[in-house]
Amino acid sequence: MERMEIRLAGTGGQGVILASIILAEAAVNAGRYACQTQSYGPEARGGACKAEAIISDSKISYPEVSDPGFVLVLTQKAAEKYVRNLKDDAIVIVDSRVEIPAEAENHKVYHLPILDTAEYKVGKAVTANIVAVGVINRILGICSFEELAETVRNRIPKGTEEFNLKALKAGNEMDLGG
Amino acid sequence: MSKRILMQGNEACVRGALKAGMRFFAGYPITPSTEIAEGCAVELPKVGGKFVQMEDEIASMAAVIGASVTGVKAMTATSGPGFSLKQENIGYASMAEIPCVIVDVQRSGPSTGLPTSSSQGDVMQSRWGTHGDHPIIVLSPSSVSETYYLAIRAFNLAEKYMTPVIFLMDEMIGHLRETVEIDDNVEIICRKQPDAPEGKFEAYKGEENLVPVLPVFGSGHYYNITGLTHNTWGFPTNNRAVANELNSRLLNKIENNRRDIEAWDEYLTDDAEILIIAYGGSARVGEDAVDMLRRKGIKAGMYRPITIWPMAEDRLRELSQRIKKILVIEHNNGQYLHEVERVAADDAEIEFIGRINGAFILPEEVTEKAEAM
Amino acid sequence: MPAKLIEREMRTENLPHIWCPGCSHGSTMRALCQAIENAGLERKNTIIVSGIGCSSRAVGYLNFDTIHTTHGRALAFATGIKLAKPQLNVIVLTGDGDISAIGGNHLIHACRRNIGITCIVLNNNIYGMTGGQYSPTTPSGDYATTAPYGNIDRDFDIPLLAKSAGATFTARVTAYGINEAIKVMERAIRHKGFSVVDVASICPSYYGRKNKKGDVVKMLQWQRDNSVPVKAAEKMSKEELQGKIITGIFNDEQYPEYTDEYEKIIERAGGR
Repeated sequence: MERMEIRLAGTGGQGVILASIILAEAAVNAGRYACQTQSYGPEARGGACKAEAIISDSKISYPEVSDPGFVLVLTQKAAEKYVRNLKDDAIVIVDSRVEIPAEAENHKVYHLPILDTAEYKVGKAVTANIVAVGVINRILGICSFEELAETVRNRIPKGTEEFNLKALKAGNEMDLGG
Repeated sequence: MSKRILMQGNEACVRGALKAGMRFFAGYPITPSTEIAEGCAVELPKVGGKFVQMEDEIASMAAVIGASVTGVKAMTATSGPGFSLKQENIGYASMAEIPCVIVDVQRSGPSTGLPTSSSQGDVMQSRWGTHGDHPIIVLSPSSVSETYYLAIRAFNLAEKYMTPVIFLMDEMIGHLRETVEIDDNVEIICRKQPDAPEGKFEAYKGEENLVPVLPVFGSGHYYNITGLTHNTWGFPTNNRAVANELNSRLLNKIENNRRDIEAWDEYLTDDAEILIIAYGGSARVGEDAVDMLRRKGIKAGMYRPITIWPMAEDRLRELSQRIKKILVIEHNNGQYLHEVERVAADDAEIEFIGRINGAFILPEEVTEKAEAM
Repeated sequence: MPAKLIEREMRTENLPHIWCPGCSHGSTMRALCQAIENAGLERKNTIIVSGIGCSSRAVGYLNFDTIHTTHGRALAFATGIKLAKPQLNVIVLTGDGDISAIGGNHLIHACRRNIGITCIVLNNNIYGMTGGQYSPTTPSGDYATTAPYGNIDRDFDIPLLAKSAGATFTARVTAYGINEAIKVMERAIRHKGFSVVDVASICPSYYGRKNKKGDVVKMLQWQRDNSVPVKAAEKMSKEELQGKIITGIFNDEQYPEYTDEYEKIIERAGGR
């Protein structure tokens, strides 16, 4: 995998930071290199919050995301603030509750029911980040589903395995459309 | 055996310190170093070590020295505002020759500044923050992996040379999670102890390498430790000859052993025609810029000081005599730049890129400037 | 020939001490040595920590592992020593400026933690080492080089402050009542938890001279005539206690000691 810059954005509490850590860790476990960074302070709690990861098959020197090749946004505010400086061939996932931002035009956009899947299909809104992890890995092919599931298991609180793995599976099997 | 895992810089600092034998941590919460205190609070009691959150930064530094005089390897961690407060007792540790490690995860200043943004603005403070002519060793890691190994080395140097060691991290590396390869097979150094029988001991005599052998408290040698100018038995004196001898030994303890202490890294310097100089977080920018320049056919290389103090200046001088263009990049307004100028200005053209708004320098800015040189 | 006690407990080669003639620090230091012996402390396990100021210079004369630290920070250093090696007996020697001005924060937090340290305050109501400036225990209205028109600050009652902050043993003795001082210091050393002994001391050179307190004998006589035992003080009005020194033990309580509590954390974390 060439240097892939991933940005995940939403609102504080949606778990985008954990999602970015899981993606980076899964990449490392699969033998790749990864970097992960996130917003800190008040920004990380309310309003729009972002977390980023870089995954590559070679050593990563500059550890910051400057022109993401992949962006996921879970809120309108995040869509307006963080869908920018996209690489030409960038992929954007916009949650179906969010309007597709103008900046995403001319890029590959998936408009997917991540929040709805977590809330209605898994039955727990808090699993939206894990649903997203499932979808992202499916699109980017960072590692196998089994490797990803193992990473998720190691990073989530004990006792939440059942519904988080259900969320991961739901994300992995989500209909991506055309 | 080597393990490959994803780890945060601050966490790697804790793991490295534990590996080095740290068994005492005193600190005070401050962004962006807090994860180090939190990690120590979790991990230290698991190995029988002690963690204490003190009432302030000054007390944390004092408690660390207190723990160290009993022979326990001790560390504190802070950021700019707290680093300012710790200076008083860093000077004490330097004067009294108490080994300890002070981690400064630099954030953007001055004053409270930008608490969650990275910076390298404490570089000069790490050298001269406490008053008086004093010895110090400063190490700066530029990756999470290096943070682990360099934290171990920080303790090794502290114990070997009986001195405080500043572990100068920055927010970029402290908060970064990245791939780390951990090898458990590393050298661990512990301070020398006298083989003399119990009783009075001339603790501050200094051995051949000028490093003193300080008995740990509770071992029956009944000597005195003080921040006042003292004789070889540790007792205060105003005698100018003794003062000169002590202060000279303190400085020469590092100076005479600099070959053993100095560490640096070079990247593609063999055929380089332009030399980027960067350390800590800014070296990550520099390395990327070197790659970009090479792809454009420009022979760029990088010299990265790892011991910020003492600087491996003989090597820098050699490089500057061969590579006539130097570009220094720092996340400050040009602090180490002056050190580079001191060593290399006679031989090379020196340019600088700095940043003081909490953002990182972009590799593209570096390549642009390098191309124009 | 120095007394046997001095030969045993002091670094006689460093004597005579640097204190002014008539200063009570010397006799208090001797009293502390007697208290250490009476309490049966083993020299090898006894660490004496001081800060900066006249009183703190005592460590240079005491034949133990001694550490003369930075101004106000003795308790913070001592906390590191005690927590790192709880088996050590840690005694802090400090003065009024050291402990209640620059070190005030460390004092209240050491009290709050109830860490097993004995803190002896040689309280002479003045900064002596720097030449007679007012301290947090200089009474209102008194004079000092930095209070040339009289001190408008209110003074701290150190044992009361310590007790309020959680110290489980607090007491006051006087330089005059040295036999009581030995007994109280011994009890403070034996106490499990944080103990504070305020030693009302005399500084004839600065405090005495600035405030026309007369010679050494007069200052000690004043202490004798104005000391009120804590029991008697309980029956006296605020007005009657004005200008008096209340002596004795103010509290002696049992409460979990900090390093004992940390041992439980180690157990909980699986480190034992």
